[in-house]
Amino acid sequence: MSVTAEAPKRKASDYISDVKPVWCPGCGDYHVLLSLSRALAQMELEPENIAVVSGIGCSSRIPAYTNCYGFHGVHGRALPLAAGLKVARPELTVLVMSGDGDGFSIGGNHFLHACRRNVDLTYVVMDNRVYGLTKGQPSPTTEPDWDSALSPGGTGLRPFHPLVIALASGANFVARCFSGDVNGTARVLIEAIRHPGFSFVEILSPCVTFRPDEKQWKTLVHPAPVDPTDDPARAARRIMTDDGFNTGILYRGNRSPYRAPAASEPQDPGVLERKFVI
Amino acid sequence: MSAARPPSESLSVALLGSGGAGVLTAGALVTEIAARSGWYGFITRSVGPQIRGGEAAALVRLATRPVGCMDGAFDLLLAIDWNNADRFAAEIPLTPESIVVGDPKSGTPPDYVTQSGARFVEIPLAEIAKGLDGGRANMLAVGIVLGLAGIPGDRGAEAIRKQLSGKGEDIVTAGVATLEAGIAQTEAIADTPQLAAPPASSGERWLITGNEATGLGAVRGGIRFAAAYPITPATEVLEWLAPALTTVGGTLVQAEDELASINMAIGASFGGKPALTATSGPGLALMIEALGLATAAEVPIVVVDVMRGGPSTGIPTKSEQSDLNIAIYGCHGDAPHVVVAPLSVADCVFTTQWAVHLAEMLQGPVLVLSDQFLGQTKAIIDRPADLSFMTRRSVAAEIDAAKPYHRYATGEGGISAMALPGTPDGQYTADGLTHTPRGTPSSRGEDHVAQLDKRRDKIESHDYGAHWAEIDGDGDTVILCWGSLSSACLEAAAKLRAEGVAVRTIALRLLAPLNTARLGEALAGARRVLIVEQTHSGQFRRHLQGHVAFPGEVDVLARPGPLPITPGEIADYVQKWRS
Amino acid sequence: MTEETKAAKNPVEDMATMLAYAHRIEVEAAERYAILADQMEIANNTELAALFRKMEKVEGKHADHIIEKAGPEGIPQFGPLDYRWEEGEGPETLDLTDIHYKMTAWHALQLALAAEKRAYTFFARLAKEAYDKDVQALAREFAEEEEEHIEFVMKEIKKYSAPEAGWDEDLDPPNHPD
Repeated sequence: MSVTAEAPKRKASDYISDVKPVWCPGCGDYHVLLSLSRALAQMELEPENIAVVSGIGCSSRIPAYTNCYGFHGVHGRALPLAAGLKVARPELTVLVMSGDGDGFSIGGNHFLHACRRNVDLTYVVMDNRVYGLTKGQPSPTTEPDWDSALSPGGTGLRPFHPLVIALASGANFVARCFSGDVNGTARVLIEAIRHPGFSFVEILSPCVTFRPDEKQWKTLVHPAPVDPTDDPARAARRIMTDDGFNTGILYRGNRSPYRAPAASEPQDPGVLERKFVI
Repeated sequence: MSAARPPSESLSVALLGSGGAGVLTAGALVTEIAARSGWYGFITRSVGPQIRGGEAAALVRLATRPVGCMDGAFDLLLAIDWNNADRFAAEIPLTPESIVVGDPKSGTPPDYVTQSGARFVEIPLAEIAKGLDGGRANMLAVGIVLGLAGIPGDRGAEAIRKQLSGKGEDIVTAGVATLEAGIAQTEAIADTPQLAAPPASSGERWLITGNEATGLGAVRGGIRFAAAYPITPATEVLEWLAPALTTVGGTLVQAEDELASINMAIGASFGGKPALTATSGPGLALMIEALGLATAAEVPIVVVDVMRGGPSTGIPTKSEQSDLNIAIYGCHGDAPHVVVAPLSVADCVFTTQWAVHLAEMLQGPVLVLSDQFLGQTKAIIDRPADLSFMTRRSVAAEIDAAKPYHRYATGEGGISAMALPGTPDGQYTADGLTHTPRGTPSSRGEDHVAQLDKRRDKIESHDYGAHWAEIDGDGDTVILCWGSLSSACLEAAAKLRAEGVAVRTIALRLLAPLNTARLGEALAGARRVLIVEQTHSGQFRRHLQGHVAFPGEVDVLARPGPLPITPGEIADYVQKWRS
Repeated sequence: MTEETKAAKNPVEDMATMLAYAHRIEVEAAERYAILADQMEIANNTELAALFRKMEKVEGKHADHIIEKAGPEGIPQFGPLDYRWEEGEGPETLDLTDIHYKMTAWHALQLALAAEKRAYTFFARLAKEAYDKDVQALAREFAEEEEEHIEFVMKEIKKYSAPEAGWDEDLDPPNHPD
């Protein structure tokens, strides 16, 4: 490391608002907020040029906790809202923050199409394998035998594999992080934001209230033993055969991001009337 | 060609045939030629559920003045063939005055045709067409209709060239020859319903569908982002906008569903781009949650609903006004928002432009209730005037860093300046959660009430000017209607006036918030109010009666789609009620 | 060993960087205690909120102390991710998932003690392994200071006894706000 000639323009705290989170003490999402603020500070982005878009759920509360522009929308629809914003204002950095219920269940269809569309967004899903805000129901990533009031004895359903689905649907960047690794997650977020197109980052973020067993995740996670690949088939094989706790950048693709058709020179709306004239 | 009858101010023509026979093209050509010759009118179509093949009818009404509704009966029916033609029995009413042209070798006409008492003229269309170089029966049909109606064929070549451009000049030459042969076929037919001479040219006229007009109004109003999910009968709004937005420097994105399309529009507008989406009933149902979000988070968006028969999938290709309830009352919670309706094809331009202005001005969703009839009817109209609304979205362009920015500040009529992303010190979180003036989530009663009041006040205290309704005529009998049915009601009123009955017509463009003060003034002195609407349950009547105390007797003429409510029916209803 | 882990093993090669690391350790600790204090305020655990707020101030003073030590030359400034820590973050930070809204001062001080010990280990290792003798000497000074902090926390812990089993029992079910 060398001493930088100039002092950094930004501190992590510049990206944190004065609204205090209502998450449970112990929640992994605090770490994610910290990671995000460090990533943004490290990139020296102006807070007003960042938009954080979310849906509904514990994790989706995050926009108000940042000092960026935020949109806390409806359940499951953060991705299309963010896509509309990014297409309309391509110069902004647009981050979408979601959870496993919001992103993979009610918002599942948008996830597929956001990967396909490849708009230059960074999609962060804080995966705690449970609906926290509604008091502990199984989500698409919950283990089949996890007992709950809504699905006594477990759902019996095979968990959804977000990383493989992202890859198959065309996401241009796929990574898995663990919330407890604050700086590691921040470094991946920087890569994800910088990477053109749709970047998907799953952050394993324990729910200490409804999934106290997830406190053990810190002993289970381990960095991916190999470098990221740009071959989706190799990435898929790795992701499907790993233990679910392999962290790091797993795929870095090179598809061109979504570009809306654009006129070389915008014309006056009057020209549109010509073809109606009798 | 001879004309024993007095020339008519309006003429209705139906062209029938199996899919592939070209009747829709023939109808379009008749309309185009009449337009180029100075007449007004429109074409609409009725088709079976098949994507290809099946049966089709082009329904054309031509007139000496702009017209916006079907007449009570058809003056001419021309069938290239009669396959499955009985499905149109209710849609193509005939009288003993009507003339029916059919090919004796293309099947027998259905009972409703023969039993109508209409005069039947046999012309061997297929045989004549076969005898002409490149002749086609549908081109022959165009000529026959022109000949019977007394429309000259001299604008035929340019119309054919426009309609069939790209198919080569040979096709045009053959088409013109066939069209002329068709006109020649009518020379021997006596006593045909001739159209009166067109008015002297009065400036630029357009041939445009309501869906195109809606798109144009949106662009004129400043829409520069649209999100699209296809649905009948709204798709053409979006298809028109796709290249149009690119031309003017905007963007259209195709979404994965209606949930996505409305949220994309909200996102774009949050970023400062005036945004729109268009859909029909089933899509609107999916958009309702986000409509509430746009209301609560105060994001301007325009949602066009081109209504069709409902509920559920209903009748996708037919008109109805039955989305009124969901449009006004569909949101959960108290979510006041503006709902407007165009009164004619031409008015789709103005009303949509106005909707954009209102959305931007009032920072919330505005719904435009068009319908299948307006949307898919191609009408000959006078060029809609250029209008510009001077007031724009209130944007907080420069923010004092020393003071916290209050995105949802109350006071000043409820409109608070909106900071757009990129503006330093304006950062806030737009939220569907009840929030404080700063945008911070809150569940306190005082915050809830303050924001509910703010959102109500801004739309209720706005001065909607004279645009809230079109009021025509005077008299103590009032016909009260909205949207697409306005043309039929105005025509009924004219008919009644000719019969000596003084009638006032009030056609509402602004459905929510209901302008009760002005409506009260407009209703002053009324002894009878007839509410006319195309619903099964009388949605409009209930909406009105929830807000307005009517001065006299009230009756309602409510009928669901798919059949249009015609001026004659309305006039008869009024006459019966009076006697 | 990759370049990065090598750097993490011994990221400090000069006095200025040593000061920057020492400062960053205290800043991150203060930042973490501030988050914890906020959490406890929101959770209405006022005793812990006050304790964490106090810890935030203490760590802030430590950070100021390092600035004083650096003198007029000051401390070089790095971005938050320019530091290379063996454990991912600065050694004096607390793992937020170890936190419970009903935790007591005893629990909190145990966590603080562990954090101080990690900081001590960090400096003690540099005191032995740094290439530069001056850096070694400075690291030794910092290690001694951390030893003082450890003693302080241990003394504090003695004021409390370990809570009985069931300390985390909640008589109410969790809320569901949205």
